[in-house]
Amino acid sequence: MIAAAILHLLLLFLLSPLLLGVIGKTKACFAGRVGAPFLQPYFDILKLLRKGFVLSRTTTWVFIAGPVVALVVPVVASLLIPFGALAAPLAFTGDLILFVYLFGLARFFTAAAALDTGSSFEGMGAAREVTYSCLAEPTVFFALIVLARLTGSFSLNGMLGPALAGQWPTGGAPLGLILVALLVVLLVENSRIPFDDPNTHLELTMVHEVMVLDHGGPLFGLVLYGAAMKLFVLGSLLVGLVLPWRTGSLLADTALFVIAMLLLAVLIGIVESVMARLRLLRIPQMLIGTSLIAAFAMVLVLR
Amino acid sequence: MVTAAFLVATLSLFFSGVPGLLLPRGSVAGERLALAMVVGGSTLGLAAAVGVVLAPAPLLFSYPWGVPGGNFALCLDTIAALFLLPVYVIALLGAVYALGYWPERLNPGTGRRLRLFYGVIVAALTLVLTAASSLLFLVAWEIMALAGYFLITTEEKKEEARRAGFLYLVATHTGTLALLAMFILLGEASGSLDFPYPGALAATGSAAGIFLLALFGFGLKAGLIPLHVWLPGAHAAAPSHVSALLSGVMIKTGIYGLVRLTGFFAEIPPWWGWTLLTLGAVSGVLGVAFAIAQHDLKRLLAYHSVENIGIIALGLGLALLGRSHGLPALALLGLAGALLHVVNHGLFKSLLFLGAGSVIQATGSRQIGGAGGLLRRLPVTGICFFGGAVAISGLPPLNGFISEWLVYLGALHSLHGERALSLAAVVAPTLALIGALALACFVKVFGALFLGAARSAQAAEAREAPASMRWPMLLLLAACAGIGLFPASVFPLLERAAQNWGVEAAGGLLAVAPPWPLTFVAWLLLVLAALLWLWRRRARRQASAADTWGCGYALPNSRMQYTPSSFAALLVDLFRWGLRPERHGGRAEGVLPASASFASHTPDAILDRLLLPLVGGGARACTWLRARIQNGSGGLYLLYVALTLCSLLIFLLLRG
Repeated sequence: MIAAAILHLLLLFLLSPLLLGVIGKTKACFAGRVGAPFLQPYFDILKLLRKGFVLSRTTTWVFIAGPVVALVVPVVASLLIPFGALAAPLAFTGDLILFVYLFGLARFFTAAAALDTGSSFEGMGAAREVTYSCLAEPTVFFALIVLARLTGSFSLNGMLGPALAGQWPTGGAPLGLILVALLVVLLVENSRIPFDDPNTHLELTMVHEVMVLDHGGPLFGLVLYGAAMKLFVLGSLLVGLVLPWRTGSLLADTALFVIAMLLLAVLIGIVESVMARLRLLRIPQMLIGTSLIAAFAMVLVLR
Repeated sequence: MVTAAFLVATLSLFFSGVPGLLLPRGSVAGERLALAMVVGGSTLGLAAAVGVVLAPAPLLFSYPWGVPGGNFALCLDTIAALFLLPVYVIALLGAVYALGYWPERLNPGTGRRLRLFYGVIVAALTLVLTAASSLLFLVAWEIMALAGYFLITTEEKKEEARRAGFLYLVATHTGTLALLAMFILLGEASGSLDFPYPGALAATGSAAGIFLLALFGFGLKAGLIPLHVWLPGAHAAAPSHVSALLSGVMIKTGIYGLVRLTGFFAEIPPWWGWTLLTLGAVSGVLGVAFAIAQHDLKRLLAYHSVENIGIIALGLGLALLGRSHGLPALALLGLAGALLHVVNHGLFKSLLFLGAGSVIQATGSRQIGGAGGLLRRLPVTGICFFGGAVAISGLPPLNGFISEWLVYLGALHSLHGERALSLAAVVAPTLALIGALALACFVKVFGALFLGAARSAQAAEAREAPASMRWPMLLLLAACAGIGLFPASVFPLLERAAQNWGVEAAGGLLAVAPPWPLTFVAWLLLVLAALLWLWRRRARRQASAADTWGCGYALPNSRMQYTPSSFAALLVDLFRWGLRPERHGGRAEGVLPASASFASHTPDAILDRLLLPLVGGGARACTWLRARIQNGSGGLYLLYVALTLCSLLIFLLLRG
């Protein structure tokens, strides 16, 4: 279990910023640019961590707690979820609920840290973040119910494990539906296009990026690293759903998982390149629609 | 021994305010004496409750008294103990808090009566939770209801408090009426006014009527939507430590009644569980939606009570379904989740109400929008409120998560059942929605009150609460963290309560829902966050300070912060179909617009748009009817007499 945990954490710590690099490169390809090197996110994080602090005079300890919790939560959550065929180091009945609620905790702290600055821009971002999550969270549970029903397990390890592999041929329709729903949740929770644009600054239409406007230096480094890890951990949920098969060899399993994660990053890059941002008022409608898709998948497995 | 301790505790609490009545107004001695009696009584009561938990079997006590119809019968079992524990804890801490919040020397006019009814309501609460005969239950219930009325109208000079008190009185008596009818039916079914043994009644004949009447009567007390109309006003009008008691434990007597009553029946028809699930889901979602739209801190917290009662009802509904479908694991998880949430909600909601009291004392206002930046001025209150906010949002590592986790597990377990039952899994997404909305609401409240810059002069000058108010909050926070970090410590208690209710699953709760990984993850979270915190803290010393970036605007001020109502606007808009918010003004006219104002307001849609028009229409119809019947013409009255006589004769003929 200790060895598994170390492997899990190594993959998470080392590979998560690479996903951002791959997304950036994919987008550059689509735009006909050379783009920043794959390792650019690593350089960014290292550069930020070496800088000094600048704190707003209105802020309190909450402002620092936000990035800290946003970094700790994906690390802890990564222990609960299998990375492809690598079983989760910590699996127990009902860990899926803890998994979802841990990200709720991170959201509470980041939104509170945004409000701590007293800036109206950050308040706006925090309001949008918590609102969209209200619409995304039921979707996740509809999807998890589908998985629990099909596999008969109440633990992420069992839900995304070999039991799921046997269900794909017969339960393809509901599984495909929740795959779409979870992809949408992944894009919303990680503030990607079409719901949010991680590259624009200072627009009234932003969500996540505007919340961290006043975080700079090492704190912003933590925010960036935490966001990369969150993308990695939530992405592994999707990869686990698509790739429940085991090869039996640890090396092959790990390689397969890493390749799948990189493909997911390419997919996100493609989505970001070919889609425009949704209008702000359309986002809730889109999210409710996604919830309904997931609910329909649940109806399919409960019938 | 335990029973005697319990009775002495109840007497001490009941009479705690009486010595103060004999002493002059403004006397500190009466205040101290009342405090000593409440503290003594609560401590003794706590000891008794622990004794009940340790006792091998439920303790029964029966004393024949002169009142016709039944004995003075008490039943002290683990269900009662689980409800009693928060009562004593919150009563004790609330009484200490009152020393700083409602001191006699500053409130000579209301202090004595407040303490009198505070003691009375706590004593009545303990009797309600232990009564084992219908008559004693109803008497204690009525004392509790009336003491509640006098507590809510403590500030009777205020129109708002009188209105809230009257509404509460009407609601509670309507509920008592239903309960009276229910207990008569129950007495007929069981053959005695003493409570039947658990599982002794068959669910036939009048059972449906008993359940519906109980659901109405107890639901009115608990505040299930649409029966919650009295609750927001009453909790807002009462002094904060009383609101903590009302919201933390008094409304739970409704839940207690439902748990106790359903325990009497041997089998449960499935529609009972489904009804409770539906009501719970509606209360949970609409309760928190109403809460988000509020501008008044205490009304907001009161609506959150409706939400949490909804969560408890979801758990209880799952437990009933588990019994109807013969799934003991489901019944155990649902009941354990519901009961633990009763305790948890008692702890964190009273923590939040005490924190709200501290904020109100410091800023002189219940409006959320006028505060800001209080975390610097009120550091202890701020941390306590923050803890309460995390707990009520159901987030790990605090206690709210543990009870919601149990209910979630129950919802997942329903997937094991037959097709009709597996629909109950919808509870999980519903709970997720409720949790996310609660999180949004408490980010708003905490952010608006404690973060950013002060929006008013009072908030900028606010002073931290005295030690007598800080310590109760810190202890409640410690209790929330204790249950969150060591959930296994309360599980045996929940399991025994479930046995008292007639549910036993193979391996018990620890086998169905092993809590140790939760403890591990909670500690891991704390340790990692603490390490990072320490690492950053060293570097932070060299931090340079600057203004919040105003996006290029050079003269930002505190009025430019995002307001709490703007924060909530997106969500309020999503729930417009149920909330019916009202907006006034806000439109700038002309080429050079003059200054304009905007106000939004979300009244209780069910009270203002449904109940009051309905009642008003009913009253008008009755007036109209009375004017027709009693119109002053003597001939018509004689006709009535003749008609009555005729109908009586016909009745006799038909019977003969």
